[in-house]
Amino acid sequence: MAPLQATIMTLVALGAVAVALTTDLVRLVIVSSAYTLLLVVLFVVLQAPDVALSMLVVGTIGYPLVLFVAIRRDRADE
Amino acid sequence: MSYLPFVLAAWIFVVGIFGIVRSRHYIHLVVCLSLTQSSTYVLLLSIGYVKHGGAPIFKDVPQGTRAVDPVVQALTLTDIVVSVTVAALVLALAIQAKKHAKTMNPDELRPVRG
Amino acid sequence: MSRRARLTLFGLAAAGLAALLLWSITGLPKFGDYHGAYGKILNKAAPKERQTSNVVAAVVFDYRGFDTMGEEFILFGAVMGVAMLLREPREDEAPVPEDPVRSDALRAFGISFAGATLVLGLWIVAHGYVTPGGGFQGGVILAAAFLLVSLAGSYRPYRRLTPVPIVDFAEGTGAGAYVVIGLCALLIGDAFLHNLLPYGVAGKLSSGGSIPLLNWASALEVTAAFVLLFNEFLSERAIMIDSTRRPP
Repeated sequence: MAPLQATIMTLVALGAVAVALTTDLVRLVIVSSAYTLLLVVLFVVLQAPDVALSMLVVGTIGYPLVLFVAIRRDRADE
Repeated sequence: MSYLPFVLAAWIFVVGIFGIVRSRHYIHLVVCLSLTQSSTYVLLLSIGYVKHGGAPIFKDVPQGTRAVDPVVQALTLTDIVVSVTVAALVLALAIQAKKHAKTMNPDELRPVRG
Repeated sequence: MSRRARLTLFGLAAAGLAALLLWSITGLPKFGDYHGAYGKILNKAAPKERQTSNVVAAVVFDYRGFDTMGEEFILFGAVMGVAMLLREPREDEAPVPEDPVRSDALRAFGISFAGATLVLGLWIVAHGYVTPGGGFQGGVILAAAFLLVSLAGSYRPYRRLTPVPIVDFAEGTGAGAYVVIGLCALLIGDAFLHNLLPYGVAGKLSSGGSIPLLNWASALEVTAAFVLLFNEFLSERAIMIDSTRRPP
């Protein structure tokens, strides 16, 4: 297997562990976006540009916004 | 070494469930749920990969060039956009639950009685 | 069940699950050895039959168009659920919240990029069946273009730009237009979602039969769904509570 593929797969595995172990909420959003960007690179390496575009757009615009606003509403209700 | 992507998908799945079991806040639980879901995307795209294949886009590329499978890409791409909406629905449920139970910790929520 | 007991039970179960998964992996073909016939047939036949150069878009909107209709209705239903849970009935009576954006860099970014993001989103939707892109990706970018207005100014202009009745109507129209295009084929006498328009030449914008129509319908639906989602989460009450607590 090509070295590029092996490298990016190892990084994705480490990123998944990082997301599961982060407990502070705001840091979790940033770490989750970084994991999404690693997945985008993996999808490009696997020759899937449509899927990579979709994941990029959702992981940087859709998902962090929904999470940040949920965190804010959670803290505002206290 | 040629089974690495499949082992990666299994690894992400188990790590995601570990995050769900161990979490202390509902928002962390939702993020780990979407992490578990991302393992299925990795598995699908790895199954469709063809060695030395290009992307299945044939603009300015001659017909008959080797390309990867387009069907699994079609399945994955709609799924990614829909999964963020479903995660938003689960977060809305958690926000509503907080109004009644005053807590976002899954361990402290009791089932409704009576 | 106490937390420690749950974690121990999970540890045992996860070991069993991991063993089963690793055993099942040995039954798969090696990475790169693709044995399926459907993918190879589509790669050879789709550019000639449907005259689209993006085979993935042809699969999403034509060969598996029925599945995409189901996914759109999942999107519709989930956004409807969020609206039912979070929409507050008396929003217009609340006093105007003070929510000025205090950073000049953020305002400059919002002003300069809102228009460019709108054009980028429209381009990606329009060329979805020629190069990588499509209704789903471009729809989220268009929703982000509306959101940048709230970065450039305060909350009020953003809400005036995306009034709830119009966004609701746009979302329903997007989902419904997909079904109506399919039903038009039934009226002519073909199967549901069969092709209506002439195919054209691959690589141009006027190609692919009814794929462009379905593309734009799904882009409209995804844009409206995401704008509605952001609106429901960013309701005025929540922001007002937060800003009255913080001293200016």
